[in-house]
Amino acid sequence: MTCDQCHEREAIVHLTQIVDAEVTTLHLCERCAAERGVEPPTVGKSPLGSFLAAMGKELEGAALPGTVTGEACTRCGATLGNFRDTGRLGCSECWRCFEPQLRELVRRLHGSTFHVGERYVVPGDDAGSERARLGTLREQLRVAIETENFELAAELRDRLRVLE
Amino acid sequence: MIDLTLLADGGMGWLDASGPASHLVLSTRIRLARNLAAYPFVGRNSDRERETILREVEAAAADTVLLRRAARFRLDRLDQGDRLLLHERHLVSRELAGLEPNGRVRYGAALLAQDRIGVMLNEEDHLRLQGLHSGFALDAAYAEVDRLDAELGSRLGFAFHPEFGYLTACPTNVGTGLRASVLIHLPGLVLTKEVTRVLQGLTQVGLTFRGLYGEGSEVVGNFFQLSNQTTLGKTEAELLDHLGKVVRQVMEYEEQARQVLLRSAPAIIEDKVWRAFGLLRYARSLSFEEAMNLLSGVRLGAGTGLVPGVSMYTLNKLLVHTQPAHLAAAEGLPLGDPALAIRRATHVRRVLEDEAGRRA
Repeated sequence: MTCDQCHEREAIVHLTQIVDAEVTTLHLCERCAAERGVEPPTVGKSPLGSFLAAMGKELEGAALPGTVTGEACTRCGATLGNFRDTGRLGCSECWRCFEPQLRELVRRLHGSTFHVGERYVVPGDDAGSERARLGTLREQLRVAIETENFELAAELRDRLRVLE
Repeated sequence: MIDLTLLADGGMGWLDASGPASHLVLSTRIRLARNLAAYPFVGRNSDRERETILREVEAAAADTVLLRRAARFRLDRLDQGDRLLLHERHLVSRELAGLEPNGRVRYGAALLAQDRIGVMLNEEDHLRLQGLHSGFALDAAYAEVDRLDAELGSRLGFAFHPEFGYLTACPTNVGTGLRASVLIHLPGLVLTKEVTRVLQGLTQVGLTFRGLYGEGSEVVGNFFQLSNQTTLGKTEAELLDHLGKVVRQVMEYEEQARQVLLRSAPAIIEDKVWRAFGLLRYARSLSFEEAMNLLSGVRLGAGTGLVPGVSMYTLNKLLVHTQPAHLAAAEGLPLGDPALAIRRATHVRRVLEDEAGRRA
């Protein structure tokens, strides 16, 4: 199906509108949709699609000493090249093997690299459980201060002191 | 054909329109992406490993309160009609159901579901915990999925990194692994041509929108799924709070748009919603797309009080049961059968007739 606006490119966005009591479906190509301020629901198969393609060279350039591009994950054997092609990592160890490159990518995607949400405690890890509780309290303290909830902040600070 | 009676309400408790703001918001969905540290991610593991993951999670789930009585569906053993049926109920993603173009069902793809929550297994991540609530209910939906996360997390070994958080196959989901989405009906903004501006604004505040069936789906019937785009760098509470604030604002814009329409073009709007009602009430053949758009018009009429006597619950049920796989299953016809358009119109007529009879 060709685009209803430019009649040239393939339509990938199908926008149903009701105009003057008439239901119409507009079939638009990516560019014409963008002109109307409508983004296509997804870009390609991998949501990272074009982003990764654009980053491809940078990922290679960003290779740090000891992390040669093409080097495979020590556990699953996946490479950065595989990641660029599929948009998906091979295993949890890939996150450690390609940490510097992924940190940069994560920063661009999320605007941060530090997870501040709930912390996972591996079952049976009591020391980890204690760390997680401290981490959660510190995070709650940060939010309390940011939102100027000083009463809660004081209480959280006291609880942290006891635990630390 | 699969037995959906295994699920309370057929897994569609959200249909009853009992949740907050359900005249605008159909449902609220929460999902958490989790992986088992012991196995490669889904793209790089073997059939055997996926089978092991399935067994491990099932054993853990049987030990929980929230999934102890879960119904289990092996997507890889279902035919296309049944997989589409589960997808139309918003219980499984397109990917899990193998409905992507050129897609096939992955060995080990499965769903565990009990009441309002469930887990997709061997999707893009090993586990996708999910909860679906009626109306606009971010906190309630998250609280339930969070409890399930704690129950499963204490019985399984999730992949977690001290800096990056919960590790996922795709970096767009890393950190909290949380995607919260609200399925909202915005005909007022579409009619006043404000919708693109509003949706554009979303992307500027770290949110995104999709069509009725989530990722990769088209916008039909003026339904939009609004959700968070980023998953890392903010706590779960902050992500939910941010989405919640923006959704409330979008709801306000929608209400304003409806007021503008009722004030400036009452005759046109009244004609439009009654015309939609009339077509649904008397048409002899309806395509899915046409039915969706007409239902959108009647929904607008019911929400603004222009079309009295049609409940949101009835409209929600029509929305689900006129979908291709649901209709095909109910009528005993193959998917894509040309007679379905006629059966769809008959079904809609009967339901609206019953509704009118009940009110009479």
